[in-house]
Amino acid sequence: MAFLSDEIRARIQAYIPRYPNKQAVTLPALHIVHDELRCVPNEAIREIADLLDLAPSEVRDTMTFYQFFRESDNKLGKTRLWVCRTLACNLRGADDLLEHCSHKLGVPVGGTTTDGKITLEFAECIGACEGAPAVLVNDEHVMNVTNDKMDELIEKLRSA
Amino acid sequence: MAYEPILLARVNKPDSTRLEGYRIDGGYASFERALAELKPEEVTTRVKDSGLRGRGGAGFPTGLKWTFLPKDHPGPIYLCINADESEPCTYNNRILMEKDPHQVLEGIMLACYAIKSRCAYFYIRYEYGTAYRTLQSAIDELYQAGLLGKNILGSGFDLDIFLHRGAGAYICGEETGLIESLEGKRAWPRIKPPFPAIEGAFRKPTIVNNVETMACVTQIMRRGNDWFKSMGVPPDPKNPRDAGSYGPKLYTIAGHVNTPKCVELPMGVTIRELVEKHGGGVWKGLKAKAVNPGGISMGFVDCNLKLKDSDQTEYDIPLDFNGPGRVGCLGLGTAAVTVIDEQTSMVDVLHNVCQFFAHESCGQCTPCREGTGWMLKMTDRLRRGQGRKEDLDILVDVSDRIGIIPGTTICGLSDGAGWPVKTAIRKFRKEFEDAIQSGRKSVVKSLKLLGAH
Ligand SMILES: Cc1cc2nc3c(=O)[nH]c(=O)nc-3n(C[C@H](O)[C@H](O)[C@H](O)COP(=O)(O)O)c2cc1C
Ligand code: SF4
Ligand code: FES
Repeated sequence: MAFLSDEIRARIQAYIPRYPNKQAVTLPALHIVHDELRCVPNEAIREIADLLDLAPSEVRDTMTFYQFFRESDNKLGKTRLWVCRTLACNLRGADDLLEHCSHKLGVPVGGTTTDGKITLEFAECIGACEGAPAVLVNDEHVMNVTNDKMDELIEKLRSA
Repeated sequence: MAYEPILLARVNKPDSTRLEGYRIDGGYASFERALAELKPEEVTTRVKDSGLRGRGGAGFPTGLKWTFLPKDHPGPIYLCINADESEPCTYNNRILMEKDPHQVLEGIMLACYAIKSRCAYFYIRYEYGTAYRTLQSAIDELYQAGLLGKNILGSGFDLDIFLHRGAGAYICGEETGLIESLEGKRAWPRIKPPFPAIEGAFRKPTIVNNVETMACVTQIMRRGNDWFKSMGVPPDPKNPRDAGSYGPKLYTIAGHVNTPKCVELPMGVTIRELVEKHGGGVWKGLKAKAVNPGGISMGFVDCNLKLKDSDQTEYDIPLDFNGPGRVGCLGLGTAAVTVIDEQTSMVDVLHNVCQFFAHESCGQCTPCREGTGWMLKMTDRLRRGQGRKEDLDILVDVSDRIGIIPGTTICGLSDGAGWPVKTAIRKFRKEFEDAIQSGRKSVVKSLKLLGAH
């Protein structure tokens, strides 16, 4: 039995014709698995490598370069909440916002709430600086985030 | 008279992202005309003669870059669109992609026609989820309308555009880092030469261009070179190597202003005008102390520092390709303007900047990997009130030597890491010395910052 579902395998394979070689599908494949499973387990690395005619070590080499993909011992929660800490946000209170989130969620930066709902991270400039301090909810921006607005957002994500 | 935006003309229209509306506004007419009436070389010549310079940071003349491709190459030739947009405080590409994707896509189609590429990879940072989905819908519309795919409008020209998502790394914006990342490897920039035009993606000739550059190509092909050259700053007659700064530019304003926003203006607006007029002035009624004129890699201007033989200060410099260089900054960069008010400590600002580069160095080159790490450690020491007198000279020394100029590193990230440090310490030395002497501590957060990105 394969570890990855047929559906995931088919989605990965659909990327292959787009590129002159299969290795270029590494990032799309990692994203598909990571979005779905909230981490990339070793079994998945092996099967991605198989699908793309690579050695598992090649997939792992690429994957670990981007400190973006989580391994199975450090799985993401349902929502990944990134708080930008770079200059435009820093000048408008990002440090306080990050600290507020950490207290509110009861997790250190990088950690996931015990109910598995929210993982808190810091981000470098997420390109939403006109709305500093800004955060990213998975891959969508929320701008001009005050502590109150953050509390509302967290409530919403907790009950989702 | 107020400037009437062109690149941003459609952003506030309802359904600005849809093909139908773009067509009604005259969209894709230039592409159709090019296919029917122009040879690829003629498109290249038009873009070359317009004086367009790349908007991604380096300002390289766009048409000229296209001519570096090998002549009569059997293909494939690739176009890679750089939508990694990770230079801190920069967000104009995002607005173009989210609000008017077809303007960008038409530029890509024209560029591919010009360089005889049948395949464009649009590399977009992962954080831009909304832009990614907007672009994908726009691309789907184009395939349905027969404007992408095989034998477009019966012209015999085939073209595919594929979106490719990044994974949260600044270095994927460096063009060869982008190519390595696209190929499914670590985003380690390549040693140049060979430049991508000779050997790029999948070892084939490749052009890498920025998103705003593509929007400019669309408008140049629609409105002509006279329009483009009616704006901006002509080449400096005293400098034969200056290619001028023509056309409109998207400036992003951020930091301590009342109304941070992206504005389109003719190249060459001054920092003062951008901040006071378009950014609504410095917030809380304060004054600007420092401004970062083009993304943090460019360094800082000192708003109170008088220019030689003039009543003006560095706050009055024009933001064209040459302006920032005249006051000791690296260049125009991404034209992202970040304002720092008079109550903010430059020690804290510099620490924040060093934190970014230490986090984003890819680690291949020793001067960059170690230098960014040490600059962060030292600025951290300064903000904890434990700075030593010699630290400032060491910081300037490291920042002067970390970059690519003497050929010590592979890419420009290291240079970019050095400029904010050397400009901050040279221009605000007194403030740094005072901080060391008084042992004043910044409010140091106790959070243990781990996690991705
Ligand atoms: C560290 C580093 C990061 C860069 N990031 C970007 C980026 O995010 N977007 C971009 O268009 N260019 C970026 N560049 C510049 C590119 O290498 C390249 O010059 C540019 O994409 C060319 O496009 P253009 O000629 O249209 O400006 C970066 C360069 C360096 C050294
Ligand atoms: S200069 Fe820095 S970022 Fe660029 S290749 Fe070298 S180590 Fe990597
Ligand atoms: S600095 Fe936070 S979004 Fe740009």
